[in-house]
Amino acid sequence: MGAPINYRTVLTTCTYCGCGCNFFLEVLDGKVIGTIPCKTSPVNEGKLCIKGWNVHEFVQHEKRLKTPLLRKNGKLEEVSWDEALDFTATRLRQIKESSGPDSIGFLTSAKVTNEENYLLQKFARAAVGTNNIDHCARL
Amino acid sequence: MIDVIRDKVKELLDSGEIKGFLGLVRKNGHIAPHLFQKGDDLGAMSLGDDKVAGDARYPLNKFLINLAKAYPEETFAVLVRGCDDRGLQTLYTWNQLNPKKVVPVGITCPQELADACECLKPFPAVITAGECAQPGTPRSVAAVDALVMSERFSYWMDEFVKCIKCYGCSNVCPMCFCNECTLKCDDLVKGGELPPEIPVFHHTRAMHMVGRCIDCGLCEEACPSNIPLRTLYKKVGSIMEEQFDFTTGAVRGQRSPLNKIDFAEGRK
Repeated sequence: MGAPINYRTVLTTCTYCGCGCNFFLEVLDGKVIGTIPCKTSPVNEGKLCIKGWNVHEFVQHEKRLKTPLLRKNGKLEEVSWDEALDFTATRLRQIKESSGPDSIGFLTSAKVTNEENYLLQKFARAAVGTNNIDHCARL
Repeated sequence: MIDVIRDKVKELLDSGEIKGFLGLVRKNGHIAPHLFQKGDDLGAMSLGDDKVAGDARYPLNKFLINLAKAYPEETFAVLVRGCDDRGLQTLYTWNQLNPKKVVPVGITCPQELADACECLKPFPAVITAGECAQPGTPRSVAAVDALVMSERFSYWMDEFVKCIKCYGCSNVCPMCFCNECTLKCDDLVKGGELPPEIPVFHHTRAMHMVGRCIDCGLCEEACPSNIPLRTLYKKVGSIMEEQFDFTTGAVRGQRSPLNKIDFAEGRK
């Protein structure tokens, strides 16, 4: 008998929308190879939409962004999180000072948690000072 | 029943006869498909029952195909009910699994599950644990057949129009193993169109399930729109039985009569 096979079914929550469907990711030797809806989940009762069914396709997709990109001289370049955050914070501050807080708007996401959505609206209203915040569903 | 299965799996693992047992486990408050290996705790093993008998059935044979592809030299045991057993026989026939590398661990379905599934053979050929239930009584097909033609057509069209084209029926299906799927071919099924062209979309799948569908019912359980897919495939199955005396998975090596043309024209 050799080493055990690294095969796991990992229970997780779909990141595609706010429904919060549960499924298992089928993981073989560190690679996500399949998605199977969780039948005992009270949310989706073993059902998924086409996006949920294909979650395993994007998790390790080669085109998935792994680092922030910053446009430099018209070209997107990979940069560190520190550089990306510094740039964004600096520009937001400059724009707020030169054009006022209502010149800035925020679009939040169905793919993040309630708490993260709360944080962004708090940031928009309290830190930046604008009510320009909306949800990706109305994009 | 679970104790007998646990003992059997422990014996298979300890003797080295199998590399792993593909079954179900209770973890995180849910029942999950799981690969048990030598030395693993078998205490949390489950047979898929949560609130009602068998209500956490999973397409274990589908996962088994993935494992067998990655580890063709290894032998795996798998938990099988009557439908899974029909599935194994059919998957052997279609060269998707090697019977020499598979050890089925058979359980019977309780009467309530056999009745709910209208299952004609709610137990596998080799039973490791459990008492055989009586076959379920077919009702669903007869109920639709009792409608006059125009009403029957409306019934199905009203069901099919609910389709959100999630492909769950095909994704969950332990017998869907084609590398290229007609339903995912752009030339035949237009992308971005909802509902898909009906009734062609569903009839195409029903036709392709001839000689494949082992009546496990996982497709219907996975359908977010509650389309009675199982009734549709049961009807197809009953036609095969009546016209050709053919039941999918009943005899290993027996291909569907609709595939006989391959032999007649191609391979002789």
